[in-house]
Amino acid sequence: MSILPNILFALILIAGIGYFAKNVKKLIRNIKLGHDVDVSDNTSQRWQNMTRIALGQSKMVRRPIAGFLHIIVYVGFVIINIEVLEIIIDGLFGTHRIFSAMGGFYGFLIGSFEILALLVFVSVIIFWIRRNIIKLKRFWKSEMKGWPKSDGNIILYFEMILMTLFLVMNATDVHFQAMNNGNVISQFIAPLFSNMSEGTLHIIERGAWWLHIVGILIFLNYLYFSKHLHILLAFPNTYYGKVKPKGQLDNLEAVTKEVKMMMDPDADPFAAPAEDESGTDDVAKFGASDVQDLNWVQLLNAYTCTECGRCTDECPANQTGKKLSPRKIMMDTRDRLEEVGKNIDANNGEFKDDGKQLLGDYITNEELWACTSCNACVQACPVSIDPLSIIIDMRRYLVMEQSAAPAELNNMMTNIENNGAPWPYNQMDRLNWKDE
Amino acid sequence: MSELLKVPTMAEYMAQGKQPDVLFWVGCAGSFDDRAKKITKAFVKLLNKAKVDFAVLGTEESCTGDPAKRAGNEFLFQMQAVTNIEVLNAYEVKKIVTACPHCFNTIKNEYPELGGHYEVMHHTQFLKSLLDEGKLTIEGGQYKGKRITFHDPCYLGRANNVYEAPRDLIQKLEAELVEMKNCKSKGLCCGAGGAQMFKDAEKGDKEVNVERTEQAIEVKPDIIAAGCPFCNTMMTDGVKAKDKEAEVDVMDIAELIANAQDL
Repeated sequence: MSILPNILFALILIAGIGYFAKNVKKLIRNIKLGHDVDVSDNTSQRWQNMTRIALGQSKMVRRPIAGFLHIIVYVGFVIINIEVLEIIIDGLFGTHRIFSAMGGFYGFLIGSFEILALLVFVSVIIFWIRRNIIKLKRFWKSEMKGWPKSDGNIILYFEMILMTLFLVMNATDVHFQAMNNGNVISQFIAPLFSNMSEGTLHIIERGAWWLHIVGILIFLNYLYFSKHLHILLAFPNTYYGKVKPKGQLDNLEAVTKEVKMMMDPDADPFAAPAEDESGTDDVAKFGASDVQDLNWVQLLNAYTCTECGRCTDECPANQTGKKLSPRKIMMDTRDRLEEVGKNIDANNGEFKDDGKQLLGDYITNEELWACTSCNACVQACPVSIDPLSIIIDMRRYLVMEQSAAPAELNNMMTNIENNGAPWPYNQMDRLNWKDE
Repeated sequence: MSELLKVPTMAEYMAQGKQPDVLFWVGCAGSFDDRAKKITKAFVKLLNKAKVDFAVLGTEESCTGDPAKRAGNEFLFQMQAVTNIEVLNAYEVKKIVTACPHCFNTIKNEYPELGGHYEVMHHTQFLKSLLDEGKLTIEGGQYKGKRITFHDPCYLGRANNVYEAPRDLIQKLEAELVEMKNCKSKGLCCGAGGAQMFKDAEKGDKEVNVERTEQAIEVKPDIIAAGCPFCNTMMTDGVKAKDKEAEVDVMDIAELIANAQDL
């Protein structure tokens, strides 16, 4: 027996995992470009959310068809990894079906994998039909052109091929067939190969085996460039997702300091601003105009987005034909973050101003002002993404840094400032209703 | 009927050295909007009927800052919040009830971080508790057997998970509660939240309130019940836009209960 295949296998494995690790590092670096935010609270609630929402897929099933199919693919993916473990051990040590020593239980395992593989295959075909033949509206919105559209299909083709390879591998494995145990699906494929010589069968079996594992490694590395990253990030994202009531927008500390100072009768209005604890004299920027102004959970959200479009589907603004699409907000954030990351890589770890930003170059004011802050997008997201928080942060920048609110909102705010109500009525008339 | 309304202010209570059980936060819409004032009065009638020991701030009340915060003006929001909190804390307010889900959400969730800690209830929750304690009885009256659909206000429902209190009250009216295709956590916005009330909508195919009203009309209700003065306005406009004023009424739950008892 030659040791060459084992060495080749080890090299492919190392290269595949190595490149993936390199991209994961970049991913973490990019996410950390965001502001820090304290998420050390409510740990038990957070674990519960992760278990329920990511592990338990509780929000997926709110749409029963997609939810059910998704669970099949998800369970299939998780369980078939046991088979991948066997492949890796076989590949490294030159063994063949090392787990078959388990005897009957092995047959049970492989049998269930085969059933799952078939179910996954069928589910993926239905997914493909939904996208490309039925053309579900949410997969054909304007932000779903080009890469996002092909990305969705590539993932489906990948899964179809991987499942086929797995079944073909079993159907052509003479040793495995001889066990007559566990080949519940592959036995029906085996007749296709019945006229072939043992040598040819062996080549097909080995071919399928190699393509299967190489395919999995390619798929692993594809993740970084794809919406499919959600299979990993859904877990941290649901853990770090919002635990406060949906209606509660975060409090801007920097503003609180200024407001307290403004309202303190003892404060000297002409005093020099107090030195920051950090010793820097950076002027705080209110709100967000680019990805670095967002916090890291918002950036993690962007990488986690699966572009499923449930948010956009539920968005009242989008439903009535306005430009706002919460999914696009997330996709734009990720695209810009990737652009910033590449800029940093190209400039020896320093971001060089590229004359662009998230606001304006990606997301327009019109989109931002169309939001009713109703939280439908937040509720709809199966992986706890909060597009609303990004919209509000960008509105804050528009209003507090650029004074660029629509004129009617400026009127409303002037009224609040002068009369304590959004309408131009005198505060002294507040109780008039009592006697009317 | 107005002579029946007893609306003491916090200042009057203070002058007598007394403290009411609960502060009724009226809100801007409830104070100034002609339609919403009717909701305010209906709720006060119920408070009076149940002999609730309450007071309002009157001229000392100011906007909570909700539309400012949602429009992105955190400065203005916090100025409003800090001022309001000073007033509330000076009166040592513990419990607040309001008929506006926006005031409810802001005071309940956003004031604590600025030093305002109160027990806050939406008026539907408060009415439900009065009912449970036996201080208030609800009769069907003119609404018995009527088809009523409830429009979930985003800031009450999704934002704070209050779905049942308003529905329980409608059922107490012996009315037939019919649900729209989008209800509870899947409810559709009326189009007014996030400061949209105060500006024109962005360009689109349709107004949000018309879309929502169509969903409501689909279930053929006699009444669209609301629990928010802004939703009330939006749905009323939607019903007008669909020329259905003759068939469908838009009413706040407090009004339904008050009317049912001829208050």
